[in-house]
Amino acid sequence: MTAYTATVTVRLKRGVLDPEAETTQRALERLGFELEDLRSADRFEIDLDAESAAAATDRADEMAERLLANPTIHDYEVEVTQR
Amino acid sequence: MTVAVIQFGGSNCDRDSVRALDHLGIDAERVWYEDGLPADATGIMLPGGFSYGDYLRAGVMAARTPIMADVREAASEGVPVLGVCNGAQIGCEAGLTPGAFTINRSARFQCERVHVRVENADTPWTRAYDEGDVLSLPIAHGEGRFEASDETYDRLVDEDRILLRYCDADGAVTEAANPNGSRGNVAGILGDRDTVAVMMPHPERATLPDLDGTDGAGVLRGFEAALAEA
Repeated sequence: MTAYTATVTVRLKRGVLDPEAETTQRALERLGFELEDLRSADRFEIDLDAESAAAATDRADEMAERLLANPTIHDYEVEVTQR
Repeated sequence: MTVAVIQFGGSNCDRDSVRALDHLGIDAERVWYEDGLPADATGIMLPGGFSYGDYLRAGVMAARTPIMADVREAASEGVPVLGVCNGAQIGCEAGLTPGAFTINRSARFQCERVHVRVENADTPWTRAYDEGDVLSLPIAHGEGRFEASDETYDRLVDEDRILLRYCDADGAVTEAANPNGSRGNVAGILGDRDTVAVMMPHPERATLPDLDGTDGAGVLRGFEAALAEA
């Protein structure tokens, strides 16, 4: 078994309204910053042991499918590194 | 008949729901989610609140509890299921109904009275009304914006599964009358069977005569209507 960290990034699908990001962008603009757009995302860092990087990825994929992301509004990506 | 009002950690409309149902002569009892679904439950209500502090997404933690597998099975067998507010979020997250309820367009929690139009009166939950009737109901949510893919939304419309839409006092479905940015002003939808419904407005807060209006009583009477039709 090898120790991995699976990083799952969950973000809203393109086109889905993100009121919190819009509010954050307006707050930055009120502070005087210039910016074009702002998107936010949730990042989960999951430490786990697995037989291989592929197995770790599969497990993190299933975590995203079953809990971390909602397919109606979210896309997600999984990145696995040895720790 | 006994309607099981399922109480999760953080539910806070469970007592109100039981009281409103009792007022209508519909026997109801609170059921702690860990105690499992009573075998003799003739209806299931998922009440409002903030189950698990709305962690991750409103409703998702409660949707993954073991009792929800029993609720899904009961729903597929025709037991009437009504999800209100956090119960609606739980219902969508559990797959009882399609789509998702997510953060309001305002990014704020909104507690106010709204008008909703009955889009389909041929369901147990709306049998007491006529299509086009305008109801005054309270909302109290931060994550009530209905989202669905084009395909899902079109299917809901085609199959007449939109139950309620936000509207103005005259019944016009307008952007100005949409409190949270919901797609198509959707306030409530039906599951695969019309005995399963979820909605963000609170019918149980508009049932007791001393609470300013009883427009919601007909929705709760859906538990009786569903059994009468079964």
